[in-house]
Amino acid sequence: MPVNYYIFLSLILFSIGIAGVLTRRNAIIVFMCIELMLNAVNLLLVAFSKMHHVTALASDPATTAGIEAQLFVFFIMVVAAAEVTVGLAIIVMMYRNIHSVDINFLNRLKH
Amino acid sequence: MSISEILFWFLSALSILSALMMVTSRNPVHSVLWLILVFFAISGHYILMNAQFLAIVNMIVYAGAIMVLFLFVIMLMNMNADTEPQKSKWMKMAGTIGSGSLLLVLIAALRDSEVRARTLEGPEGTIGLVKQLGAVLFTDYVVPFEISSVLFLSAMVGAVLIGKKD
Repeated sequence: MPVNYYIFLSLILFSIGIAGVLTRRNAIIVFMCIELMLNAVNLLLVAFSKMHHVTALASDPATTAGIEAQLFVFFIMVVAAAEVTVGLAIIVMMYRNIHSVDINFLNRLKH
Repeated sequence: MSISEILFWFLSALSILSALMMVTSRNPVHSVLWLILVFFAISGHYILMNAQFLAIVNMIVYAGAIMVLFLFVIMLMNMNADTEPQKSKWMKMAGTIGSGSLLLVLIAALRDSEVRARTLEGPEGTIGLVKQLGAVLFTDYVVPFEISSVLFLSAMVGAVLIGKKD
């Protein structure tokens, strides 16, 4: 598989996530679209890691080139889990106060 | 066409179709289920690239924990397609055109990038296995790993504090 295909696949997934953020009004769906965008980036990081590893293996069979990208993906997942906890708590709090998860009501935050 | 190419095209089509269904479906519960399907397809991609640890973590953390949390919150709020707020037709059209233009620009910019001829074919390598990743994680990256535990603790305290009544 050429790495180009993986670039295009994650670009398409990322754009679908952006389309969801721009077109939906339900705060939870918007949040899920952000998760989709994070996953598109993770996929691209793993693809580049594999690409560098395959190239480095040709000269040195014991190399670990490209392992940093996979660790980076792991840390992104860790941070995403923490982010989802706080974000959903905020959405539940908002629902309790105004009985809606419509993001158009969120502009009240600036008053 | 080799078996891995067939699997690549199948998983790509599955992930793109599920992502589109996730964005377009009215019922939030259906959206969550489609997103779980996207995450499983991405896990399949990880397995194809021999990143076995990340594939399993993706399934457990994303498709397991995070999506169950979303599902719980949606069921707690008793949402369905009838109470779903809708944007106006023009806003939807503008959002779609905007994201489509971004996709067009990014593809046009990256189509002739210098890595385009590089390929993922070749020897499998062992960097995706738990042994290698663990060795690097607990030697070179042990400080960020410990800091992330502090992050988790603060996120937990924050969620409890925000979610508490009054």
